Amino acid sequence: MIAKYLPLLGSSLRRKRLRTFFTVASILIAFLLFGLAESMRYAFASGVEVAGADRLLTMHKISFTQLLPASYENRIKAVDGVVAVAPQTWFGAWFRDPHNQIPAFPTKPETFLRIYPDFIVPQAQKQAWIADRTGILIGHALTDLYGWKVGDTVPLKSSIWRKLDGSDTWDVTVRAIFDMPEGGDTRQIFLNQDYFEEGKQMAKGYIGWYVIKIRDPDQARTVSRRIDALFANSPAETKTSSERAMAQSFVNQVGNIGAILTAIVGAVFFTMLLVTANTMAQSVRERTNEIGVLKTLGYSNPGVLGLVLSESVLITTLGGVLGMAAAWWIGVQFASVFRQYLPGFQVPGSAFVAAGIYMVGLGLVAGAVPAVQAMRLSIVEALRRD
Amino acid sequence: MNPASWFNQVVTVTEMNLRNLPARLGTSLVAVIGIGGVVAVLVSLLSMGEGFRAALDLSGRDDVAMILRGGSSDELSSGFSRDEFNVIVSAPGIVRDARGPVASGELYTIVDLPMRSTGTAANVPFRGVTSRAVDVRDQFRIVAGRMFEPGKDEVIIGRGAFAQFGNVDLGRVVTWGSHSWRVVGIFEAGGSVSESEVWTDLTLLQGVYRRGNSVQCVRAKLESPATLRSVKAALERDPRVNVSVRSERDFYADQSRILIGLVKYVGTTIAVLMGIGAVFAALNTMYSAVSSRTREIATLRALGFGAAPVVTSVLLESVMLGLLGGIVGGVLVYFVLNGYQASTLNWASFSQITFAFTVTPRLLVTGLVYSLILGFIGGLLPGVRAARMPVTAGLREL
Repeated sequence: MIAKYLPLLGSSLRRKRLRTFFTVASILIAFLLFGLAESMRYAFASGVEVAGADRLLTMHKISFTQLLPASYENRIKAVDGVVAVAPQTWFGAWFRDPHNQIPAFPTKPETFLRIYPDFIVPQAQKQAWIADRTGILIGHALTDLYGWKVGDTVPLKSSIWRKLDGSDTWDVTVRAIFDMPEGGDTRQIFLNQDYFEEGKQMAKGYIGWYVIKIRDPDQARTVSRRIDALFANSPAETKTSSERAMAQSFVNQVGNIGAILTAIVGAVFFTMLLVTANTMAQSVRERTNEIGVLKTLGYSNPGVLGLVLSESVLITTLGGVLGMAAAWWIGVQFASVFRQYLPGFQVPGSAFVAAGIYMVGLGLVAGAVPAVQAMRLSIVEALRRD
Repeated sequence: MNPASWFNQVVTVTEMNLRNLPARLGTSLVAVIGIGGVVAVLVSLLSMGEGFRAALDLSGRDDVAMILRGGSSDELSSGFSRDEFNVIVSAPGIVRDARGPVASGELYTIVDLPMRSTGTAANVPFRGVTSRAVDVRDQFRIVAGRMFEPGKDEVIIGRGAFAQFGNVDLGRVVTWGSHSWRVVGIFEAGGSVSESEVWTDLTLLQGVYRRGNSVQCVRAKLESPATLRSVKAALERDPRVNVSVRSERDFYADQSRILIGLVKYVGTTIAVLMGIGAVFAALNTMYSAVSSRTREIATLRALGFGAAPVVTSVLLESVMLGLLGGIVGGVLVYFVLNGYQASTLNWASFSQITFAFTVTPRLLVTGLVYSLILGFIGGLLPGVRAARMPVTAGLREL
C-alpha cells in the first residue's frame, strides 16, 4: 500500500531538483542555527548542572567581594550536617596579558579534593599537590593553552594580591592537572592556601568565601540557615546558598540569554515555514494536471492528501536531520576551541528530540494548505487546467 | 547595441516584470519576509553592541585620567591608602581650583538588588564618592529628589539602575548587610556607565565597609588630554606609589572589549548563516519567477531584446525585493527596539551595566546593504538562466 507511493514521492522531489535543493538547504540552515543556539544555551546552563547539590557556598552577606575572617572555618565545620569546609579567595591571576584574567583560587588542597570528587586527577599528582606549598592544581584547558607540564614553574601574576616584598609575581609549580566530566570548566587554577596566606601583604587572616560539603543534599536549606545564624549580628554576616543557586544567579545576571536565543530561533523558523509552505504550494500548483491524472487512475482523496503531506514532511526532515548533524559536527570538531571559551558547548539530547518534533510539525503545517487543496481538487477541473 | 536602446530595453522589461508582480505576490512576499527577517536579526544584534559601546563611550573622557594601582585593570582589584592618594593628586598636570586638585578618590563595592524584570538578584556597583565626583563627570544632574547629605545614611541612584532594579524608589529604605540606606535622589550623567550605579558618601562607606581611609581609584581632571603623558611619567617615577595611569576613555574601551567582541562575533555568525538561508529562499522565488515567465522571456528575445537587458531586469526585480525586505526589517527593529533599556553583566567589573538598544542610521544602512547583497545573489543565477535559454525551446514551453 505504502510502497506504491514511494516512487511517486521520489519523482515529485526530483521534479525540480534545484527547488528541492534550495528548500532543503534553507531548512538545513534553520536547524543548524537551532542546534547551535541550543548548544550555547546548554553551555551557559552547564555550569549550573555541574554544580553539586551537596555543596554550599558561604560568602559575605553584602557581596562576594567582601572578605570573611579565616576563623569562620572551624566554626562552620562544627555545624551539624557539615562534612568538610575549604576556604577560597579570588586571586585575580593573569599571565602575559593582564586583560586575560584566569580564574584562580587559593584553597586547602586536601579538603578541596574531598569536596570536589568530580575533579579527575591522578592519585600521585594529588599527593604531590598536597605536599608542595607552592604547587598548583590546574585545568586541562589552561595547560593546553600555555603548554605547561607537571613540574613546570610558572610566574603567576595577581592583579589584587601583593607579596610581602611588594611584588605581584607568585612563583608556583604545576603539580597536578585536572580534567572534568563533560561540561565542566577546566580553565581554573587552585593554589595552596598556606603559601597564599603567608605570602600576602594585606588582609592577613581573611579569605574570600567558603565551600562546604554537606551530608544530605535535602538538608541544604536547614544547614545554610544554621551557618548564617552562627554569624548573625557579627561584623561580618554571611549568606549561604547552594552552589547551584549561586551558579544560576550568575547566569541570570548575563541577561536573559535564553529569551534572546529563543527570539532569534523563532524568527528563523517562521521564515523557514514560509519558504517551505511556498515551495509546496508552488509544486502543487504546477502539478494540478498530474494530480487530476492520479485521481483518474483511482488514487483516493486521502491518498493524495497523504502524498503531498509526506512530500512536505520529507523535505523538512531531510533538511532538519542534515542541519542537526552539522550542528553536532561543529560541536565535536571545534571542541578544543570551545573548551577555552564556552566549556560544555554541545548539542544536548533534548535538542535532538525537540528538533525531531519541529521537523515533522514544520512539514505538516507547511504542507497543510496545498495538501487540502490537492485533495479537494475535482478531476474535471484539474484536467481542464493547463 | 547603443546604450540608449539598451537602457530602454531594461526599462521596458523591468516594467513588465513589476507589472505582473501581483500575480506572483505569494512567492515574492516570502523572499521579502525572508530577507526582512535576516536584516531584523542582524540590526537588533548590532544595536545591542552599539548601545553597549555608547554607554561606555560616553563614560570615557580624554581629559580625565583614571589612576589605578599598578597591574590592576579594573576598579575592584585596585586600592590606595590615604597617603598614596595625596601623592597621586599632587602630580603636576592635574587641574587645581580654590578647593585644591580636581581629583576624585572613589570606593567601588558591589551590592545586590533584584532585577525588575525577573526578580532575581543582580550585582550593582555601589560607589563611595566625595563632592569631587561631579567635577570629573560630564552633565551630572539630579533628576528627582536631591543629593545625599555627607555623613547621613543616604544614597542616590543612577537613572539606568533605577529603571532596571527594584526596591529603589525614592524614599525607600534598602538594607545591605547590617546597614540600611535611604534612597533620596535619582541622577543622570549624560548616559554614561555611572547611571548604572548607586552612590553614597565616601567617608561613610569607608566606615561601614571597614576600609579605613582607603580608596580604590582616582579620577583626575587633566589640564588637557596631552598632559596625561606627563602625569603618567611623574607618577611612574615616584617611588612612593605604584600606579597604572590611563585616560578614562581607554579604561572604558578596555572594559567593553570582551562584550562588544562577543556581540559582534555572535551577531555576525548568526547573520551570515541566516543570510545564506535567505539567499536560498530568494533563489527559489526568482527561479520560479523566471520559469513562470519562460514563454514571455522567449517572446521578448524573439522580438530582438538582448540577453543583458533580461538579466538586468531579473536582477533589478530581485534587488528590489531585497531592498523592500531590508526596509521592512530595519523599520521594524527601529520602532520595536530602539531605546529599549536592558542590562547585562560586565565581566570586566563583575557588576551590572545598563544600556539602551541603539539603532543608529549607520546600522540601518548596514542592514540595507546586506539586504541588497542578498537580493543580488538571489537574482544573479536565475537571471543568467533566463538569458541563456534557447529561444525556440522557450517558446515551446507550456
